[in-house]
Amino acid sequence: MLWHLLIEPAPGRVDGTGRQIAADAADLGLPGPWKVAASRGFLVEGSLSRDDLDRAAREVLADPVVEVFTIRPSHEAVNGAGTLVHVLPKPGVTDPEAESALALLRDIGFGVTGVRTIKSYRLEGPADALPRLISRVLANDAVEQAVVGTLPFEKLGQGRPYKFARVETPIRGLDDKALMVLSKQGQLYLSLDEMKTIQAHFEELGREPTDAELETVAQTWSEHCSHKTLRGRVEFEGEVIDNLLKNTIFKATTDLNLDWLVSVFADNAGVVRFDDEFDVCFKVETHNHPSAIDPYGGSNTGLGGVIRDALGTGLGSKPICNTDVFCVAPPDFPSSMLPTGVLHPKRVLKGVVAGVRDYGNRMGIPTVNGALVVDPGYLANPLVFCGTVGVIPRGMSTKSVLPGDRIVALGGRTGRDGIHGATFSSAELTGESESLSGGAVQIGNAITEKMVLDVILQARDAGLFRGITDCGAGGFSSAVGEMGAETGAVVDLENAPLKYEGLSYTEIWISEAQERMVLAVPPDKWPELKALCDRELVEATDLGEFVDTGRLTLRYHGQIVGDLSMHFLHEGRPKVVRKASFTPPPERPATLVDKDDYSSDLLTIMGLWDVASKEWIVRQYDHEVQGRTVLNPLVGVEDDGPGDASVILPVRGSTRGLAISCGINPRYGRLDPYAMAACVIDEAIRNCVAVGADPSRIAILDNFCWGNCERPETLGALVLAAQACHDIAIAYGTPFISGKDSLNNEYTHEGQSLAIPPTLLISAIGQVPDVRKCVTMDLKAEGNAILLVGSTRLELGGSHWMISQGKDEGRAPSVNPAEARAIFAKMHQAIGQGLIRSCHDLSEGGLAVGLAEMALAGGFGVDASLRDVPCDNDAAHDVALLFSETPSRFLIEVKPADVRAIVDLFGELPIGRIGEVTGSADARLVIRGLDGDSRIDAPVHSLKSAWQAPLRW
Amino acid sequence: MATPRALVLRAPGTNCNEETAAAWELAGAAVETRRLGEILEQPSTLDAYQILTFPGGFSYGDDLGAGRIFATRLGTTLKDALHRFHDRGGLLLGICNGFQILVKAGLLPGEGGVASLAHNASGRFESRWVKLLPTKGVTPFLTDDEPIELPVAHGEGNYVTANGTSGGNVVLKYVDAKNSPTEQYPANPNGSKHAIAGLCDATGRIFGLMPHPERHVSPFHHPRWTRDGAKPEGDGLRIFRNAVAAVR
Repeated sequence: MLWHLLIEPAPGRVDGTGRQIAADAADLGLPGPWKVAASRGFLVEGSLSRDDLDRAAREVLADPVVEVFTIRPSHEAVNGAGTLVHVLPKPGVTDPEAESALALLRDIGFGVTGVRTIKSYRLEGPADALPRLISRVLANDAVEQAVVGTLPFEKLGQGRPYKFARVETPIRGLDDKALMVLSKQGQLYLSLDEMKTIQAHFEELGREPTDAELETVAQTWSEHCSHKTLRGRVEFEGEVIDNLLKNTIFKATTDLNLDWLVSVFADNAGVVRFDDEFDVCFKVETHNHPSAIDPYGGSNTGLGGVIRDALGTGLGSKPICNTDVFCVAPPDFPSSMLPTGVLHPKRVLKGVVAGVRDYGNRMGIPTVNGALVVDPGYLANPLVFCGTVGVIPRGMSTKSVLPGDRIVALGGRTGRDGIHGATFSSAELTGESESLSGGAVQIGNAITEKMVLDVILQARDAGLFRGITDCGAGGFSSAVGEMGAETGAVVDLENAPLKYEGLSYTEIWISEAQERMVLAVPPDKWPELKALCDRELVEATDLGEFVDTGRLTLRYHGQIVGDLSMHFLHEGRPKVVRKASFTPPPERPATLVDKDDYSSDLLTIMGLWDVASKEWIVRQYDHEVQGRTVLNPLVGVEDDGPGDASVILPVRGSTRGLAISCGINPRYGRLDPYAMAACVIDEAIRNCVAVGADPSRIAILDNFCWGNCERPETLGALVLAAQACHDIAIAYGTPFISGKDSLNNEYTHEGQSLAIPPTLLISAIGQVPDVRKCVTMDLKAEGNAILLVGSTRLELGGSHWMISQGKDEGRAPSVNPAEARAIFAKMHQAIGQGLIRSCHDLSEGGLAVGLAEMALAGGFGVDASLRDVPCDNDAAHDVALLFSETPSRFLIEVKPADVRAIVDLFGELPIGRIGEVTGSADARLVIRGLDGDSRIDAPVHSLKSAWQAPLRW
Repeated sequence: MATPRALVLRAPGTNCNEETAAAWELAGAAVETRRLGEILEQPSTLDAYQILTFPGGFSYGDDLGAGRIFATRLGTTLKDALHRFHDRGGLLLGICNGFQILVKAGLLPGEGGVASLAHNASGRFESRWVKLLPTKGVTPFLTDDEPIELPVAHGEGNYVTANGTSGGNVVLKYVDAKNSPTEQYPANPNGSKHAIAGLCDATGRIFGLMPHPERHVSPFHHPRWTRDGAKPEGDGLRIFRNAVAAVR
């Protein structure tokens, strides 16, 4: 019997969900208004009677105070006004709450065989807009199905038994065209050159590949897994660069040769020494393509995946904080102009925030740093970056695999989730991507991963395994393939625990079901590991053995379904050779208009998305769980100012801290990719330095998100950015320790191509010798002096002032590495000596925005003058001084008595006393121009409202 | 005098157990963390402790409602052992998800009252610092009436009862800048009527609260320590010290 338990808010209780949906519909410009009554519920299958289910609802399924429920056979109509729409997960899609309900109901003695969650909406509004309401607000077709009216189900689909058949995919003898058809239709997304290499390999072996073999090669060779563009050969401006990554970013790290680096570009995350007892690791991943199709699921599993990276680093690190950066199109983008298959940016942003929130909060890992970048170029390709920092006892940062070790899968079960994720993320999106690749979207279950985390750290400390990695893109295929690369592996695929019946051996092998780790376990430790997992209710399965054959052998119930040479798999890929060129956009000098008053320009900039308050996002994340956070992302008198970096304590009881920050700016990237890379590295570092990190102990990560690099101009921009990474890393003495790229961020529809702007995210972890010396950016006391450190140049290209003027002129800011490095060192000294009351880095919006933010965070006024701003001659203009975005600059607040000491400390470096903190009553921001007259004069509360308005959702 | 023994109970999805254990330790208790499963198998384990803590997190994913599954498992197997523990003077503390568990298991508000913690009035999960006014002398956990500051981080913290009364001993209230109890957002982060942030049973020995005292044991946990200077210790530590003193 299949029952539908419908749970509604009790009479008199607010229907928050219904209200939110009506508001979302209005937001997206759907015809309306809609009256929405929302309810939740369960489809419950089993031998239980109506009375049983009534009791179950009272005892566990419905809330006794705020909810009421009704029970009916699933196909029986629900009476009432309006149209009833039900939304439920598609068969095979992970449904964690249903799993919990099933387990609990069974435990307390109910005869239940299956449970599915279901949401039901009673809707009243314009009938012709109903389909749009369903597809744009209520259900995501990639993972959910919507049913209008009576439910047609009489039982829950649970998959059909799988009948084994070994499948070969003929490749020998195919011509070029046929090879490319196979590559595309099989969703392998390999190039002709690569397909021919595979063909030759099997011709040599005298047999056809099995489907599993072909999939394994495609995943291992995918851009996502092998980074073949960045590691390939690039011909750029007459120069041949053999392995771009190795010759730029890696090279800088190698040449710096720092003794505090533990493991770089070798493991799932980069590892650095923290103190005598602990190392810390950091990894930032992208999850762009899945997030374009299902924002919630995409960011949710993006974060889940990078947490597993930290967990799978060395012998396992404990994740202590997360980061998230989103790039989306303007959330107020007109709905009517959306291309086919593209989700509205506001829906994307809400979805990705909710995804990170639900995974991070449930894992109990504070999300402490991030950024939001808004640009129309991200319309079809939103970017989602998620990062995790972990702490790991020293000596546990390396791992090994020995022949004879058991291959143990630990964590979630395997389903059809995310099949072809690795190859899909390496392909361009199209209008059909949603239907083609729905299966590539994964759904997360954070609690499963939390349980895995608890087990792994215990198993690590008990020495129960030798090697570990996470199942990410490519699933078992890439996890086992990588771990066994130097040895060999034999896998018995039928041993993998499945979510439901019907998976073929290939699906088991390549599924990207979440929350799974693979361990190399010495045979004598396996019983103890298994017992530990049983106690902690985590499923652990012996999948096979690492062997010394140098081959990857796949078996299904004893039959060989794959047998590949590890050497061919990992070394056989033909080197990608690409041409790159770069034509800088024509230079358009900035025209500087003289105005008497720039207050309204500043108010406009305060309300631009990238500058505006992100409090709506930040507050949805737990940033204090684990009790490690000593500087919050939100700071100031009302806990709502924009902190430059958060600081956490990796080791309880110690005062040594870790600052986490980032830098990103695609607007500079459009103008000058080299300058952009230099600027965002500088931004990430100066954010860290601003709160008190030691600039000689900052490590950084790169995440390149680019368009299709088969286009020479696109690749040329990438080459320049990579070269800047090398040069600046060397000049600053700041090593890269890990990175990840995501290329092919393009959307093609009806022959039109839309690429993202060149986007480089730099994430930084900086060590703070003593967190008690940390400073925040909010102004602290009336009468204190305000000084500007660093020189201002005429650099308005890509600036927020240009955006506010609707203009696109000027050159992108560039760094002066020698001066920047000297400034960072002095800043750190000044903070260490306790001379600085507040410190804020200057970024988007320049000096004017920096002062405004310090004022609104501290609740004080400012009286400043542009006359003493250190600057180049050509920047000696009010507009440039107010809004130029020259890097390596800081605003500092200093007690009057300490000004002398500060000025002496900075010596020859550019520093100017530009003003003072004024009172908090009727606080105003006043900035006087070069002629002494006021150029900006605005109440701080107006600046604050303009800054808070955009994301007050 | 023997060191009081505190037990921190964890289940799948519990995620504040480490810092909660650290807070007990700072407060002078001997603390152990155990799985709920162990206690379900052997309820008499509880006899070794004077303090039982249900820490924050998302036990069982908060599926079926925050704390519901944990509470159900307590109710079906551990009812008698918990009563025994309580009757012999043991203290029970539930923080955030732990408070939700105590309420959904019927241990709070007590005396047969039925309450729940509904979704925040704002409709979303929120992290923020709040100011709280304790009532002194009703529960051993709260021994003075000086306002304290603690962070909240929850989506379901709106305390409700069927009849709209508090149904129990309200001993911790959200207050505004003037230290007056408030139902106004954001000083009251979830819309709880009567500004209820925490309450105890008739004996005072079962205490539950939505805010997180374990996240404010160090002065450097406070969000404005760089403005106002660091106090000798975090406000939350007092709650743990009071409990340790009461059972010592």
